[in-house]
Amino acid sequence: MDNQKTNESLNNFFSEIGNLVLFTRNMGQQFFSAPRELVKQGYFIGVKTLPLVVITAFIMGMVLTLQSRPVLMDFGAGALLPGMVSVSFIREIGPVITALLCAGKISSGIGAELGAMKVTEQLDAMEVSGTKPLNFVVATRVIATTFLVPILAFIADAIGLLGSYLSINMYEPMSFVLFISQAFDSLRQPLKPSFSASSLV
Amino acid sequence: MEPVIEVRHLVKAFHTNRVLNDISFNLDRGMNMAILGKSGVGKSVLAKCIVRLIDPDEGEIRVLGKDMLALDAIQLDEVRKRIGYIFQGGALYDSMTVQENLEFQVRRTREEMNKADLQDLVEEALANVGLLQAIHKMPAELSGGMKKRVAVARTLIFKPEIIVYDEPTTGLDPVTAGEISELILDVQKKYNTSSLIISHDMKCVKMTANHLKIITNGSFYTAGTWADLCESQDPEIWGYFH
Repeated sequence: MDNQKTNESLNNFFSEIGNLVLFTRNMGQQFFSAPRELVKQGYFIGVKTLPLVVITAFIMGMVLTLQSRPVLMDFGAGALLPGMVSVSFIREIGPVITALLCAGKISSGIGAELGAMKVTEQLDAMEVSGTKPLNFVVATRVIATTFLVPILAFIADAIGLLGSYLSINMYEPMSFVLFISQAFDSLRQPLKPSFSASSLV
Repeated sequence: MEPVIEVRHLVKAFHTNRVLNDISFNLDRGMNMAILGKSGVGKSVLAKCIVRLIDPDEGEIRVLGKDMLALDAIQLDEVRKRIGYIFQGGALYDSMTVQENLEFQVRRTREEMNKADLQDLVEEALANVGLLQAIHKMPAELSGGMKKRVAVARTLIFKPEIIVYDEPTTGLDPVTAGEISELILDVQKKYNTSSLIISHDMKCVKMTANHLKIITNGSFYTAGTWADLCESQDPEIWGYFH
């Protein structure tokens, strides 16, 4: 009896893995087969998420600078502020907050939309009319997200640095060219392997 | 008469619950067959097995001469284009207008069609269900009856040989339900379709079907015309008609 249950559980487990592999393979085969829907999803995922990413990154950039400045000033290291903000923002905070915002906003939106389509049999209607819901509904969203989240992260980095620059200028005037120069000088330093590993985590 | 759907010894179970148990029947060309049964007896599962939205565990399904269980994905899509399926709630794509709903599957399956021909096709299908004026509306702006009509129009666009109606009048008021029943008959006459009507609306069944089957406990309990079954004294059958 126990053996039968174990076999059944194993069978279900490997069936599920098999289904996931087939699902991924089918989706891969059908990339770019619905260009109009891809543009539409690109608009929803990219453009509609942009304001949220911009506001959050701007605030994060300002707050990071405002919080770090007093400590650095105490040690007479105020000149390192642009470099510190740029390294922490571009290497860690920017991509992380973008990913979290996208996970919250885009993923929940997609989940709710697909759930509603499943419940109201819209996906079955596509399937039965010979239109594969996989390439129209799933592949377009995966591709749009894959391409647009890194672009959003890049924008978040830029806006975060802008917030940091404005924040520094609230205390003392600093030219934008000098700020950018100091920020990117710090980024030119090679990463230690341990830093790369922590980024992966 | 030539059968358009042949089902033999169909079995479908969900875990330990055997929903369909040795179901066999033929739907002949031009026939309107109604399948009656209480909620949860497997009527919709049977309909979904026929178009392979659900894969049966055992048995054989032939639609328009094709063995549905042996077809690959491309062959299956070709057969599915010859079958219309009207879902319970209409299943209109709610992010698209009525026009886009009708155009969508044509665009996805017949890419060579030009815009003017496509427009004509959409307008003809909507005119056939009396909803040409709703062409630019969103599904959320339509009533339940209108959604069903648009769903029929969306199906008619491929001029199917068979239409499966899954509870076409459920949730509609009696007047609208009557209109949908008339529409089913009109479509059958105009397009010479064969229909499989899954329902427990007896008025709709009486109006539309020329052959009835009653399903209980996963198998067909009885079959016949409305007149045959209406006279039965069997309590299992009597309850449907009185």
